[in-house]
Amino acid sequence: MTTGKITEYVADGGPEDMPEDVLLRVNHLVKEFPIKRGIFFKSQVGAVQAVSDISFQVRKGETLGLVGESGCGKSTTARCVMRLLEPTEGQVYFRREREVATADGGTEVVSDVVDVASADAGTLRALRRQIQIVFQDPYASLNPRMTVAGIVSEPLIVHNVGTAQERLEKVKELLAVVGLSPEHTNRYPHEFSGGQRQRIGIARALALNPRFIVLDEPVSALDVSIQAQVLNLLQDLQEEYGLTYLFIAHDLSVVRHISDRVAVMYLGKIVEFAERDTLYDAPMHPYTHALLSAVPIPDPELERSRERIILEGDIPSPADPPPGCRFNTRCPIAVQGKCDVDEPLLTQMGEGHWVACHFPEVKKVF
Amino acid sequence: MSDVLLAVDDLRTYFATEEGVVRAVDGVSFTINRGERRGVVGESGSGKSVTAMSIMGLIEPPAGQIVTGAIDFDGLNLLELPEDEMRKVRGGRIAMIFQDPMTSLNPVYTIGQQLIETIVLHQNVSKSAAREIAAQSLADVQIPYPASRLDDFPHQFSGGMRQRVMIAMGLSCNPELLIADEPTTALDVTTQAQILDLMLALADDRGTSVLLITHDLGVVAGFCDTVQVMYAGGIVESGSASDIFYDPKHPYSWGLLGSMTRLDAAQMHRLNSVRGAPPSVINLPEGCRFRPRCDFALDVCRERLPLLGPSDVEGHTVACHRAAELDLKLVTSEGAPR
Repeated sequence: MTTGKITEYVADGGPEDMPEDVLLRVNHLVKEFPIKRGIFFKSQVGAVQAVSDISFQVRKGETLGLVGESGCGKSTTARCVMRLLEPTEGQVYFRREREVATADGGTEVVSDVVDVASADAGTLRALRRQIQIVFQDPYASLNPRMTVAGIVSEPLIVHNVGTAQERLEKVKELLAVVGLSPEHTNRYPHEFSGGQRQRIGIARALALNPRFIVLDEPVSALDVSIQAQVLNLLQDLQEEYGLTYLFIAHDLSVVRHISDRVAVMYLGKIVEFAERDTLYDAPMHPYTHALLSAVPIPDPELERSRERIILEGDIPSPADPPPGCRFNTRCPIAVQGKCDVDEPLLTQMGEGHWVACHFPEVKKVF
Repeated sequence: MSDVLLAVDDLRTYFATEEGVVRAVDGVSFTINRGERRGVVGESGSGKSVTAMSIMGLIEPPAGQIVTGAIDFDGLNLLELPEDEMRKVRGGRIAMIFQDPMTSLNPVYTIGQQLIETIVLHQNVSKSAAREIAAQSLADVQIPYPASRLDDFPHQFSGGMRQRVMIAMGLSCNPELLIADEPTTALDVTTQAQILDLMLALADDRGTSVLLITHDLGVVAGFCDTVQVMYAGGIVESGSASDIFYDPKHPYSWGLLGSMTRLDAAQMHRLNSVRGAPPSVINLPEGCRFRPRCDFALDVCRERLPLLGPSDVEGHTVACHRAAELDLKLVTSEGAPR
């Protein structure tokens, strides 16, 4: 068993040493929100650190699941990766592909690594063709005054792709791809059900042929039978177009179903990171244990015989995180004088398995 | 004393809207025994909550109307009870917990004022005695420093703590029936585990019957003795928890179980989703309401609405013309049919 700093698993440093098979590398990402007081003369009195120095990589073609409870910083991470929020510190390296002119007058596709967090406006705009996002709420993320054709073709218009006729053809093609009728181009969002609206959101994200899609709780607002349809669609699309997903969710069973690797977050930190089956079958962090043991399984016998780890109290405020390990105030195995003093670093405990705990131990929870 | 505490018979609750009549609950019958924990599962619009509101007498005419049916609660016909009698039952003998603890507590009164109001209304006690009962009920739901927290306002509690307060309020008068409508849906999963644990212990301790409404089949699996599955205003299947989870006989219950992602699913398999979407409650399909989404539908399914009837298992009822001949196999975590 090797131990090392967090920097080893993200292969610290710049974009140069980013392996070929890595599409996205988040490096020491920090996002703070100021706390302000006063009405006219606002002054900053503190900061909420929603994301505190997290690092991870997403490989080409994989789905990385980011799970945690409300307030753990998973959505803030997504928005920083998209640069819908300005990261306070850290880098977001993305391996982009560009068409460049060759000496003989043709074009070729070259790939290089660019830092999304510090990219200028022009670079960022071009990058957004390759990185797209699907939001949680299919009711709020579609403009009610726009037709489906308008919504799905908007990214094409913004990026000057094709003529009006070509764009309409593309919209019809996209609607068919996500399982909607191509004749529905002139309808408005309110004419669709929740599941269909989420399909429209996915069609919009696919419009520019992106390589990487951030899925921020894409199925949480949907009923179970519809949720299954959308999950199947996302998996089909990934296979067909070779997409890479960052899948953000609070539902651990959905994450197990769709992810290749999973990162568990608590109060702005990644506490455990592993291959999917390792994380679910041999979790080592006490928070992961509690989280997994709390998820109900639709099997009466199993559900009644399982041991449930009930956590005490609530998640502390991110404006005032506890010293040492952030989980120590609720941890069933915390040791006074150690866990409330020293912050545990992410340490490698096995092949691709990283845990931030002073007393890690494998525990089966079902 | 009969074992049956609540008997709902052919309940039909309709709402008049601009687009037409919404048949939210359309012919629902079931019973709950004393001490029984019954789960009601179904997707949005299946009529779960309207069933609960009808029992509580919270359907407001003229928009909503209970068209026919009977609700018998321990010998009382709740539908014909005068409002002042109903008020004694509601909150006293039948209590209800709602999904959103944020909106079901009044923000301008302290927790204590709201708890004491309920207690004074239903129990013949003085205000100071009521305060003691209130503090005890907060202690029962494991809220630290219960006596002093009575003077706090709802915003001073976290989401999980507020739901504890709601449970305390619901159980403060020792109801015989507790109706919990998605009590943990708004909560994080570790908080949900705390709350379900607490509800289970308290209900067990006092022998309270529970009607738990939820869309989460996992919650039902751990909490309920019996389950009824609702679809488009009607019950399509009803039975013990093991009947429904291990041997579903209605194609919808089977599809619902196959749609679920499971925490213990070792293999990545394609989810067996139910195609299409639930029908509009204004324009229900002819015959079986599930027919347009059903893979097993025949002509008879278009012609007649199947009624909830017995199966080959005692106490397991199903509303499907083909229930007896279909052999619905579940894909388990090992990928093999159970």
